[in-house]
Amino acid sequence: MSRSDLVLWVALPYVCLAIFVVGHVWRLRTGQLTWTTRSTQLLEQRLLRIGSPLFHLGLLTVIGGHLLGILVPKAATEAVGVSEGAYHTISVTAGTMAGVAMTLGFAILLYRRVRVPRVRRTTTRTDRATYLLLGVAIVTGTWATVGDNLIGGGYAYRETVAPWFRGLFSLDPSPALMAGAPLVYKLHVLGTLLLFALWPFSRLVHAWSAPVAYLRRAPILYRSRAPREAPSPETTPAAVGGSPRPLTREVTR
Amino acid sequence: MRVRAQVAMVMNLDKCLGCHTCSVTCKNVWTNREGAEYMWFNNVETKPGGGYPKRWEDQTEWRGGWGLDRHGRLRLKAGGPAYKLAHIFYNPNLPEIEDYYEPWTYDYESLTKAGPSEHQPVARPVSSLTGEPLALEWGPNWEDDLAGGPEQLPTDPLREGLEEAVRAEYEQVFMMYLPRICEHCLNPACVASCPSGAIHKRDEDGIVLVDQEACRGWRMCVSGCPYKKVYFNHATGKAEKCTLCYPRIEAGLPTVCSETCVGRIRYLGLVLYDVDRVEAAASTPDERGLLDAQLGVFLDPDDPEIREAARRDGIPEDWIGAAQRSPVWALAMKHRIALPLHPEYRTLPMVWYVPPLSPVISAVEGEGAEADPDDVFHAIDALRIPVRYLANLLAAGDEQVIRAALKRLAAMRSQMREKTISGDGGSEPAAAVGMAPAELEEMYRLLAIARYEDRFVVPPAHRELAGRLAEEQGACGLDFAGGPGSCEPNGKPKR
Repeated sequence: MSRSDLVLWVALPYVCLAIFVVGHVWRLRTGQLTWTTRSTQLLEQRLLRIGSPLFHLGLLTVIGGHLLGILVPKAATEAVGVSEGAYHTISVTAGTMAGVAMTLGFAILLYRRVRVPRVRRTTTRTDRATYLLLGVAIVTGTWATVGDNLIGGGYAYRETVAPWFRGLFSLDPSPALMAGAPLVYKLHVLGTLLLFALWPFSRLVHAWSAPVAYLRRAPILYRSRAPREAPSPETTPAAVGGSPRPLTREVTR
Repeated sequence: MRVRAQVAMVMNLDKCLGCHTCSVTCKNVWTNREGAEYMWFNNVETKPGGGYPKRWEDQTEWRGGWGLDRHGRLRLKAGGPAYKLAHIFYNPNLPEIEDYYEPWTYDYESLTKAGPSEHQPVARPVSSLTGEPLALEWGPNWEDDLAGGPEQLPTDPLREGLEEAVRAEYEQVFMMYLPRICEHCLNPACVASCPSGAIHKRDEDGIVLVDQEACRGWRMCVSGCPYKKVYFNHATGKAEKCTLCYPRIEAGLPTVCSETCVGRIRYLGLVLYDVDRVEAAASTPDERGLLDAQLGVFLDPDDPEIREAARRDGIPEDWIGAAQRSPVWALAMKHRIALPLHPEYRTLPMVWYVPPLSPVISAVEGEGAEADPDDVFHAIDALRIPVRYLANLLAAGDEQVIRAALKRLAAMRSQMREKTISGDGGSEPAAAVGMAPAELEEMYRLLAIARYEDRFVVPPAHRELAGRLAEEQGACGLDFAGGPGSCEPNGKPKR
């Protein structure tokens, strides 16, 4: 095992995940004003109508598949009576469909972003980095599913990539497991790790705002202007003659 | 019963000159910045016409506001929370920028940088969205003063219900102006449409606001509002709307649009209402019953029991006093001449309108009849237009409501004209509309004299009840990303 394996499959993952966690805490506390989908539907609707649902629904399915395939050990699925063959069939079929839908949706959205001038103008540098990393993750992921596991001979990622990933969380990483994986899996993992590091600083944060609580909410909301927390003497300098506490917040993009 | 206070507005359409001062001053204060170029929290539409955004009143297309389901229960017309979540990746009812207009500026540099040449240099229009040259085909107020010309009339949803011949006729005889802001509804569809719970109605004064920190840009409020008065800022990715100039209202000042209104058509005042009756009122089965249902939600501040209940529910004493002097209460409840805009949307809007008498009178004159004031009364009855048109706008199609209001306005004119000529207005005009001469005179003072103090009865907010207002003084309340606030650090979203 080389030093680069240690850097790539032990150090980098922990750095990325640390940035992911700390970055989100920071963004939650200081970046509420920019925490949004930054939807561009107002500017263009025809392409978005197909591309956006295709991409998002495909992506949600793909995430569900990853949770099953990566977080659930092979032994667990076998214990409940799912054979390796059955698992392979299910994961490849569902994975291919979801992956193709997501890739197609992503392609439409990318085309839209590049070719529709209004949308292109709203694109930030962070957006570009996000699309690049998303693109790497999507292309390599789809390639691994369709090219390797559907058409090719298949690769038992549940015996290498998955245990390596779980090992990160049990603080017992085995970089050797990743070192032997095919290149496309390595690229997929690297792209995703970097995406995780970028996540809290990008528009991807809107994923955490999925408004499920809306389903059970009262339709009309009233808010009182009364303070949410009782003002303490230190926070009311205007009242005691000091300068007002700045209520502005940094714009985080 | 739970008593709440609402800051409400009435606009007297009879006196609107269509000067757009309200729109311009509002824009200069609130939406003169990147991402908000196309937004007009206040706009003035020439009616008949399609409006802004185009055909906003056609709810079969936009599906804004509320409807009743099979069991008579109140439901968002476009669908409830489950529908909203299912369509969150693409909102099928959202207007596109073309439905408003593509905002533009001019390439002024070409003027200052132009070298000597045979022809005058020209500043070309440039799209604010792309920076590219733009061929102007539509813009804000594109229909201004066109009075529903051949191109505009077919786009006006309100003309439906008028017969073709009548339509063509009235197309030649009148136009009117309709200034519009957010309605700050008692039953706001935008609030119910917001998946993030960012839009809310303020408990103290009923102003509907978007919490810029909580908005996540799901854009359901934009389509949910039947008046299309919530806008999506494409630079910040958040929704914005008319704030009823709450920083001014809190200080006891009228809104910018009201303050600067040249025709002095706007009135601001408090209305006390029972928040427990709102849902039942909005669920009234017959659309034409919605006006009375909404009036039934309002509470009489002259009733000692109501005042007692208001005190119990924490409404300050000076606010109760302000509610008693409220011009909105007087115009809507006492004189019954102010009417809600499109009550059939079931949002219980709180910006009401006095229907314009002038087009009716011009129509009478246009038909050759000498404008004998005594004839006007009969004319209102005989005329099918534009009463029908006004009914589509302000009374869910109920012409009787419009007639009653117009007759009171005509009676007021009649009495005051007589008074000027002979020194005594007599009691005849007042009796004809079931009012006392003194009431008509009071109406006249409010509508025609329209003193500043009578038009705007806005009690200042109570700091001691709001806690942090004092602390926020001097800080910038409008400091959201790309917002109009000038405090640093603020600035535009970085590109």
